[in-house]
Amino acid sequence: MDTATFRISVNRKAHIVEAAPATPLLYVLRDILELNGPRFGCGLAQCGACMVLMDGNAVPSCNIPVQAVTEAEITTLEGLAPDADTLHPVQKAFAEEQAAQCGYCLNGAIISAVALLRNNPKPNDEEIRNGMQRVLCRCGTQARMIRAIKKVEL
Amino acid sequence: MKTLQTRRNFIKTTGCLTIGFTLGAVSAFPDVLSPVQELPRGLRRHTSVNAWLEILPDGSLRVYTGKIEIGQGIRTAVAQVAAEELYMKMNKVQVVIADTDRTPDEGYTSGSGSIEGSAMSVRYAAAYARQKLLELAAPRLNAPIADLWISEGRIGTDKNSSGISFSEVLDGRQIEDVVRPPVQLKPRKERHIIGKPVARKDIYFMVAAQPVFVHNLRFPAMVHARVVRPPSYKAKLRSIDEDVAEREFPKLLKIVRNGSFLAVLSRDEYTAIKAQEYVQQNAGWSISEPLPDIADKKLPEYLKSLPTVDETVVNKGNFAGDTSEKKWISASYFKPYIMHGAIGPSCAVGLYKEDQLFIWTHSQGVFPLRETLSGMLDMPQENIHIQGVPGAGCYGHNGADDVAAEVALLALAHPGNHIRLQWSRQEEHAWEPYGSAMILENKARLSPQGRITHWEYHLWSDTHSTRPGGNPGRLLPAQYLKRPMTDDSPGFLGGGYRNAEPYYQIPNQRVHAHFFKGPLRVSALRGLGAYANLFAIECFMDELAEHAGKNPYEFRLMHLDDPRARDVVQKLREQVSAESHPEGTGIGIAFSRYKNSAAYCAVAARVAVDKDNRINLQKMWSVIDAGETINPDGLKNQTEGGMIQSASWTLKEEVTFNTEQITSRDWNSYPVFRFNEIPEVDVTIIDRPDASPLGAGEAAQGPSAAAVVNAVYHACGKRVRRLPLEKYL
Repeated sequence: MDTATFRISVNRKAHIVEAAPATPLLYVLRDILELNGPRFGCGLAQCGACMVLMDGNAVPSCNIPVQAVTEAEITTLEGLAPDADTLHPVQKAFAEEQAAQCGYCLNGAIISAVALLRNNPKPNDEEIRNGMQRVLCRCGTQARMIRAIKKVEL
Repeated sequence: MKTLQTRRNFIKTTGCLTIGFTLGAVSAFPDVLSPVQELPRGLRRHTSVNAWLEILPDGSLRVYTGKIEIGQGIRTAVAQVAAEELYMKMNKVQVVIADTDRTPDEGYTSGSGSIEGSAMSVRYAAAYARQKLLELAAPRLNAPIADLWISEGRIGTDKNSSGISFSEVLDGRQIEDVVRPPVQLKPRKERHIIGKPVARKDIYFMVAAQPVFVHNLRFPAMVHARVVRPPSYKAKLRSIDEDVAEREFPKLLKIVRNGSFLAVLSRDEYTAIKAQEYVQQNAGWSISEPLPDIADKKLPEYLKSLPTVDETVVNKGNFAGDTSEKKWISASYFKPYIMHGAIGPSCAVGLYKEDQLFIWTHSQGVFPLRETLSGMLDMPQENIHIQGVPGAGCYGHNGADDVAAEVALLALAHPGNHIRLQWSRQEEHAWEPYGSAMILENKARLSPQGRITHWEYHLWSDTHSTRPGGNPGRLLPAQYLKRPMTDDSPGFLGGGYRNAEPYYQIPNQRVHAHFFKGPLRVSALRGLGAYANLFAIECFMDELAEHAGKNPYEFRLMHLDDPRARDVVQKLREQVSAESHPEGTGIGIAFSRYKNSAAYCAVAARVAVDKDNRINLQKMWSVIDAGETINPDGLKNQTEGGMIQSASWTLKEEVTFNTEQITSRDWNSYPVFRFNEIPEVDVTIIDRPDASPLGAGEAAQGPSAAAVVNAVYHACGKRVRRLPLEKYL
C-alpha cells in the first residue's frame, strides 16, 4: 500500500497527513491526529461510534477514505466547543442528564444530536428518534439521551 | 496482598502506623449474646484499612477498589461512601480501580456485586479510619474524643476551630490496622452524600472527549496487531505464505504464528487491518469438527436431544395423591443464544520488557486474568502486571480476557514495544462467548380458590460461566497454540438455575436442571440464567392468573408474603394505574427478587400490536427496592438501561450459525434496538436507608422480558413462548 500526502481540515485547522489513500478517515483522526472522540465500533457504518461532522452533517468516519475528504470541513467531538475549556450546549446537556453508562457511543450520539439540532432546534420526539437512528447504544441510555436533547438551549 | 504491600512500600517508604486495638469495657455478656456485625465480603479478605484507602499528603483521599468501572458507576459510589464516612468533600476523593499492583483482589466485577462487595468494604474501612483518626487526634488536641469535631478532612475542638488536617494527624504514615467490628457507620440523620443523586464525573470527561477508554491508550512506537481467525471454532492452520504477505504489505512488521494462532503486526493500524484480511483469504485451514446441522427453527429439539447432567434444585412438599395429568396446567418456553454485543469491540494493550509483562485491559477480573496468563505463558505471577482501564459496556464475560491473552502472546513475540490489539466487529460478534440458549418447561396445579398448590419446573441449559479463573484452556488463543490448552470442565452450572425457584409461596415444588454441552461458546451474560428463568416463570404466572380468573397483580400478591416484595408490586400498580393508556394497547407485568436475595424489581410494559403483527413497545415502568440506595441516579440509570437492553434481547435478538460458523456477524444480521424502538421508561425507587444495600445492576433483566411478552398477549391475545418475540409472534 503506497502512501500519499493529504491536506485535511479538522476542527478549524489544516493538517497535512501521510496515509494510504484508501485509509478510512477514522484511523487518520485517531492514530495520526490523536483524537479520542471518534471511536471504532463496527467499520461498517452501522453503529455510529465513529461519527464526525462533515460540513455540518453527521457521517460515519469508518468507511470514508481520507482521499475523499480533502475538500470538507471536519469537526470531531473535540471541536464542537469554541475552546478546550468549554462544552457545547449538547455536550453539557448530555453530562447534566447523565445520559451515558459506559459512554462508548456518546461520541456518535452527541455528534448526531448537534447535526439534528442545527437543522431543527426544537425537534419533537419522533424527529429526535429519526435524527438519532444511526447511533447504537447497548447500555440502554437512549431514553436519557432523548431527554438531554429536549433540554438543549442553543 | 503481598504484591500490594510490596508495591505500595516500594512507592512510598514513609513507614507505617499500626494503632493498637484496645478493648473497651469488658462486656458482662458472653460473646455469643452480643450482636454480631458481619464485615463486607472484600474486607474479610483484605482486612487492613490501607488496602482500601490512603490519606495523601495534600489532605485528599485515595480509595482503592478491586472492581472495574464498566458503566455501572462504581467509581462514584465508592467515592460517595468514603467521602461520607470520613466527612470529606467528593472532590477530595480519587478512586483507583482494578490493578494487580495497587488494589485489593476482589475477584470479578460481576453478579451485581460491586456495591455489596466493594463499596461496602470501602465504607467500613473509611468509618474505621475515622474512628482511628479521632483516637489519634484526641491526645494531639488535648481533648476527649467526644469533644472533637470532624469536617472536610480536619479534626478540631470548640477551642481549636481551624483544627488539624488528617495528614497532620497521620504525620506521613498510613492506617494499617485490621478493621474489626464493631464499626460505627455514620448515623442516618447525618448522612448527606449517601442516598443523594451524585453526577458521575467520568461522564463529563467522556462528553469532553477525554481519553477514558483502553481503546484510547497511545504509547510511543506503539504497534497495532490483528489476529487472523480460523473459519470455524475447531480448525487447524495448514499453510500460510508469509513471504507473499510481507511483499504485499511493506509496512508489515511481522507475522506471528504459534500453532494455529496467527497474527499480523504493523506500526500502521490500517496496514494491520488490510494484512489481516489478506492473510485470512490466503491461509489454508482444515476444519476438524463442524458445527451441528440443525434444521430451521429446530434448535430447541436439537438441544433437548443432547446428553445431560441432571440436578434437583428444589424438592419440597408432597407430590403424592391425585396426579392425573388433566389437572396440570403446562407450558414450554425457549430462549435462544444471545450475545453481549459491546459497542466497542474488545481491546487490550500489552508490553513485554525486561522479563516483565504489562497488560492494560477492560477485563472484569484483573487478578484471575493474571493467574490464568501465568498458566498460559508459564510465567511467574509476580512478573505480570495488569491494569484495568474502562472499555465499552460488556454486560458479562465477553472477549475482554481473550483479547488480553492475545496481546500477551504478541507482546512476548515482539518485546520492547507496546502492542495494541482491537477486535473487528465481525470478530466480536462471532467469537465472544454467548449467553446460553435455554429450554424452560413449567407445570402447575391450582386449588379451587385459584392458589398454586403444585409447581414443577424443568430447565435445560449450557453453563453460565467459563470465565478464565486460573484455567488457561478457557482463553480463546490458548486453544490454538502449538501446544493447545483446552478445557472441558463445566464452569459455573449454578448460574443456569439462578431464579429458577419461584419467590412465591407454593407448598409443593420441584425444580430440576438439565445441563447439556451445546454447540456454541458460552459464558456469563448479565443475569445468567435468571433472564430466561424469569421470562418463563413470570409468563407462566400470567397464564396461571388467567386460569385462576385473577388479575395479574392480585394473583402475584396472593402468593407473596415478603412485605418488600408486595410493596414493589403494589407500587407498580399505583404507578401504572395513575396514567391513562391508549385504546388497543396491552399492559403486561412481572416481578422478581434477583437471585432471590438481592434487589426487588417489578416491571410493567405497554405495547400496541398492529394488524401486521408489528410490536410497538411504548412505555416501561419499574419499581425497584435495592435496600439502602447509595446513588439514586446511578440506580435509576442501571434500571432504565436494564429494561431497554432486556426488551431488545426479548424482541429482536438471536445468534445464528451454520455448520461452519456463526452467521450473525454484524448489526444487520444481529439487530438490536435502534432509537425508533426505544420505549419511554419510568423508574421508581423504594429507598430503605436502614437496610443493607442490595445488588441491582441485573435486577431488571428477567422481569422486563416477561412484562413485554405478557403485554403482547394482553394487546393481541397471542401467547408467544419462544424468543425473539418479533420472529415468533
